[in-house]
Amino acid sequence: MSNTNAATATVTGTALELTDVRKVYTLGDGSEVVALADASLTLTSDEMIALVGPSGSGKTTLCSIAGGILSATSGSIVVGGEDISGHSAKELTKFRQEKVGFVFQSVNLVPFLTARENLLVVDELGRRTGGPARERADQLLEELGLADRAKNLPSQLSGGQRQRVAIGRALMNDPALVLFDEPTSALDTHLGEQVMELIRQEMKTRGIAAIVVTHDERITHYCDRSVHIVDGYLQS
Amino acid sequence: MKLALLELVRRPGRFATAAVILTLIAVLLMFLGGLLDGLISSSTNAIKAQSGDVIVYSESSQASFLRSRIDPELRSTVESVPGVESTGGIGIVQLGARIPGNGPRDLASVALFGYEIPPNGVPDIPADGEVWADEVLKADGVRDGMELLLGPARSPVTVIGFVKDTTFNGQGSLWASPATWRSVLADNRPDAQLADGVFQALIVVGDADPAAIAADIDATTEDATESFTVPEAVKAIPGVEEQQGVFNQIIGVTVVIALVVIALFFALLTVERTSLYGVLKALGAMSRTIFLGLVAQATVVTLVAGVIAAGLVLILDAIIPPGAIPLDVSASRIITSIVLLLVAAVVGCSFSLRRVLRVDPASAIGTGS
Repeated sequence: MSNTNAATATVTGTALELTDVRKVYTLGDGSEVVALADASLTLTSDEMIALVGPSGSGKTTLCSIAGGILSATSGSIVVGGEDISGHSAKELTKFRQEKVGFVFQSVNLVPFLTARENLLVVDELGRRTGGPARERADQLLEELGLADRAKNLPSQLSGGQRQRVAIGRALMNDPALVLFDEPTSALDTHLGEQVMELIRQEMKTRGIAAIVVTHDERITHYCDRSVHIVDGYLQS
Repeated sequence: MKLALLELVRRPGRFATAAVILTLIAVLLMFLGGLLDGLISSSTNAIKAQSGDVIVYSESSQASFLRSRIDPELRSTVESVPGVESTGGIGIVQLGARIPGNGPRDLASVALFGYEIPPNGVPDIPADGEVWADEVLKADGVRDGMELLLGPARSPVTVIGFVKDTTFNGQGSLWASPATWRSVLADNRPDAQLADGVFQALIVVGDADPAAIAADIDATTEDATESFTVPEAVKAIPGVEEQQGVFNQIIGVTVVIALVVIALFFALLTVERTSLYGVLKALGAMSRTIFLGLVAQATVVTLVAGVIAAGLVLILDAIIPPGAIPLDVSASRIITSIVLLLVAAVVGCSFSLRRVLRVDPASAIGTGS
C-alpha cells in the first residue's frame, strides 16, 4: 500500500485543520445544546496531542467530527488535505475508509476473526486491494510484535495484544490521522504506559498525526501537547 | 458479506437455534406439501392418467361419474363434432372388495373402472371377469392371480396384473372391460345399472386444441354435455379444490411462521451486534454491506435447514409403509418449499434493515462497552 495520505499530509504539513467548528444539538422541546463551540485546532503531519476533559465536555464530539462520523453544524474541517465540511454521508464513509484510523475505548475487535483478519477488515470494507493489503497486514503485525499471534482470535490474546491489534487495524489504510479513544482505560498502569509508548513510536515513525482522548493526565506526557476541552470550548 | 459468511463458519453454534427451528418448519412444510400432493394424486390419478384430450359428462353431472349418463345417441353427436377423432366409454363403481386371507369385515375400498380407451400405463382391455389392479392394493393384501369378491353381491373378478398411479378418490382402482363393469354395477347397484352401450362418461381423442374441442362438443350437443380438458376434469372432481385450498392455507401459515421466526432471530442478532456494527460503520462499512451480510446469513441458514429437512422427509417417505398415508414427496415440492422459505428468510431479514440503518457509527466512540 502506498503512503499517499501521509505524503499528502507531509506536503501540506497539516494533518488536521478545524476552523470555528460548531456542533449544536436541538432537543425535543426546541432548546439547543452546544456540544462544541467554535473549536479551532491544527495538527501538523506527525503531531500527537492529548485531548483532555471531563465527561460530557465535547471530546467525543470533536473526535467524531474530525473522524468524519459526525457532521458539524458549521465550520471547516480539513483532514489530510481533504475538506470534509460539506461531505455527504456516503462521501464521509469513503473518507473514513481511506483517511482516518480509529482505536476505540473497548478495542472492539471482531470476535470471530483472527488478529490478521481483523486488520484485513479495513481493506474488506474499503478498497479491496487483496494481495497488497495482506502484505501490509503481515508487515504491521510483525512491527507490532504480533507475527506469532496472527492466527489467534481476540479471545486468545491478552489485553495489551488486543490493543496492539487495534492499533494495527487503525494503521491499515495508511491514514493521515488516527483517533485514539481512551486507549489505556482498560489496561493497568504498566501496560498502559507500554501501549502509549508503542503508539507514540508508531505515529512518529510513520509521520501520522494522532489525537488521544483521555481522562488520565499521567499519559499526556507521551503526547506533544495537551488540549483541554470544557463544556465544548477548547483551551490550549 | 465475507465477514458474515466467516461468522457462520466460525460460530455455527450461534445460528444453531434458528437452524433447528427452521429445519422443523421446513420438515412440516414439505410433509404438508407431500400430504397434499399425495391426497390429490390418490383422488385424481385415474383421471390424470387418461390418454384422451377431453372428458365428456352429461349435463348437470358436475364432473361426477355417478351422476352422468352418456347414451349411444349422445355419443354419436359427440363423435360428429369436428376435431373429434375417436371416443371411448368409461364408467366406475366404488365398492368394498373381499380379499382372500383377510377377515370377512376387512374390506378394501376399490374403484372398478370399465374402459374402452386404455389410460396411460394401463394395458389393453382384459377379458371379461379379469382386472388390472392398482399396486396400492398390494398393501391390502391383493396379489396377482387372486380372485376378489366385489360389493354385497360378491361379484368375482380375477387380478391379472398391476398398474401404477391410477387411484381414484383415495381408492385403489381395478380396470376391467365395459361388460365386467356393467355387470358388477348391475349386481351391486341395481338402482344405477346402465343398459348396454350406455356409459357414465366419454374419453375423447381429438386432433385440435382440447379446450376448443370441449367447447365445440357442448355447443353441438346444445349443452346436453359438460366437457372438460383432462386438467380441468382433475380440478372439477368434487373435493379436490377444497382439499388444495385447506392445505395451501396451512402451508401459507407455516411460511408466515417461518418468516416471523427469521425476523425475530435476526432482529435479536442485530440488537446484540449494535456496538459491533457501530465499529464497522466507523471503519467505513456501509449499511448496505452489513444488511447484505445479514441476508446472506439468513439465506445460508435457511438453505442448510431446507437441505436437512429434505433429507429427513425423504427418509420418512422411505420408512412409511406404502399405502399407510397418502404421502407423495417430489423434487418439485421440496424445491418449492425451500424457495418459499428462502423468500421468507429475505423478507424476515428486511425487518432488521431499519435497525441496521439506524446504527450510528458515532456510537463506537466514547463508549466503554
